[in-house]
Amino acid sequence: MSTIETFAPVGNWAADPVHSNVSFEVGYAGVNTFRGGFKAFTASLTGDTLEGSAQVASVDVKDEQLNGHLQTPDFFDAQRFPEITFTATELTREGQTVRGKGELTIKGVTKPIELTGTIADAPSTDPFGRERLGLRLESSVDRTEYGVSWNAPNQSGGNYLADDVKLIAELALVRQEG
Amino acid sequence: MKVLAVSGSLRADSHNTRLLEEAAAAAPSGVEVELFDPAQIAELPLYDQDLEGDAPVSVERLREAWGEADAILFATPEYNGSVPGGLKNAIDWASRPKLEAALTNQTVAVVGASTGQFGAIWAQNDLRRILGIAGARVVGEGLPVARAQEGFSEQLQPQLHEVLQLLVEAAQPVEDGVAA
Repeated sequence: MSTIETFAPVGNWAADPVHSNVSFEVGYAGVNTFRGGFKAFTASLTGDTLEGSAQVASVDVKDEQLNGHLQTPDFFDAQRFPEITFTATELTREGQTVRGKGELTIKGVTKPIELTGTIADAPSTDPFGRERLGLRLESSVDRTEYGVSWNAPNQSGGNYLADDVKLIAELALVRQEG
Repeated sequence: MKVLAVSGSLRADSHNTRLLEEAAAAAPSGVEVELFDPAQIAELPLYDQDLEGDAPVSVERLREAWGEADAILFATPEYNGSVPGGLKNAIDWASRPKLEAALTNQTVAVVGASTGQFGAIWAQNDLRRILGIAGARVVGEGLPVARAQEGFSEQLQPQLHEVLQLLVEAAQPVEDGVAA
């Protein structure tokens, strides 16, 4: 007989923004991987439900010009769609392995997504007496389904940017008082 | 709603300026199409970051006109397979400073006329790409008008009407991240 494990310890858990990361990886030039992330985001976990959001204006890559371009209608359109939102329900775990389903909204388009990841066995207590839990989630999405379709042809064929993007949330969750 | 019509051709008898005059005549009701004087593109200095701090009056005038319009319709000729240098220079001025520029989030569409059989389609494709990178909201796929020296066809006005309709719809203000 199998037992269903409780996903997270009782209580409300919120991401510590300094020690958490929300990032993306996308193939480019057909042979490399490009990484970026969002500096401003929130995430909270209660039971088997995780809710999160990221501010488009905080998009962060290693090039200021590209940070600007990513905020324009060519990409995320920060003026009209300032927030990316995410809800995961039905998160389940087997030991440290996590699976789940969620909904992701980018540029006003909401699509279901599948999640995989890992979660810490049990919370730890930090030097300041706060209980902490580690949760990492990944999903792959086709960015063009959300209207993030910019591309350029490679001289050697194919497109410069891949359509499939891996989204990664590495969350340092802290149990909230009360 | 005011659509500013910017021709990339400076000559007095320009096919592209005439194309924009056709657009003005084809405007949907409630849409005013105002022709931007091509002389204002001709008088701009070449883009130079050293001039940014104390931008010349011609640049200020350009930024004000392009920034205050509700939307912009560009008509481009094709010089050596791409956008005329003067128009590119104006876009470079109007795209700075990044994210606070006249073109940032400005809703734009592109049409173009040429005397050849392809209707400046390469220039239009380049212009749409350039405007997107400059931060604009680029609407539609362009409208190639070929053999412009032979006069415009009867189908042109309905096509321009449709381009303007799409442009003004996309330029509607939004609330709470959702298009009205």
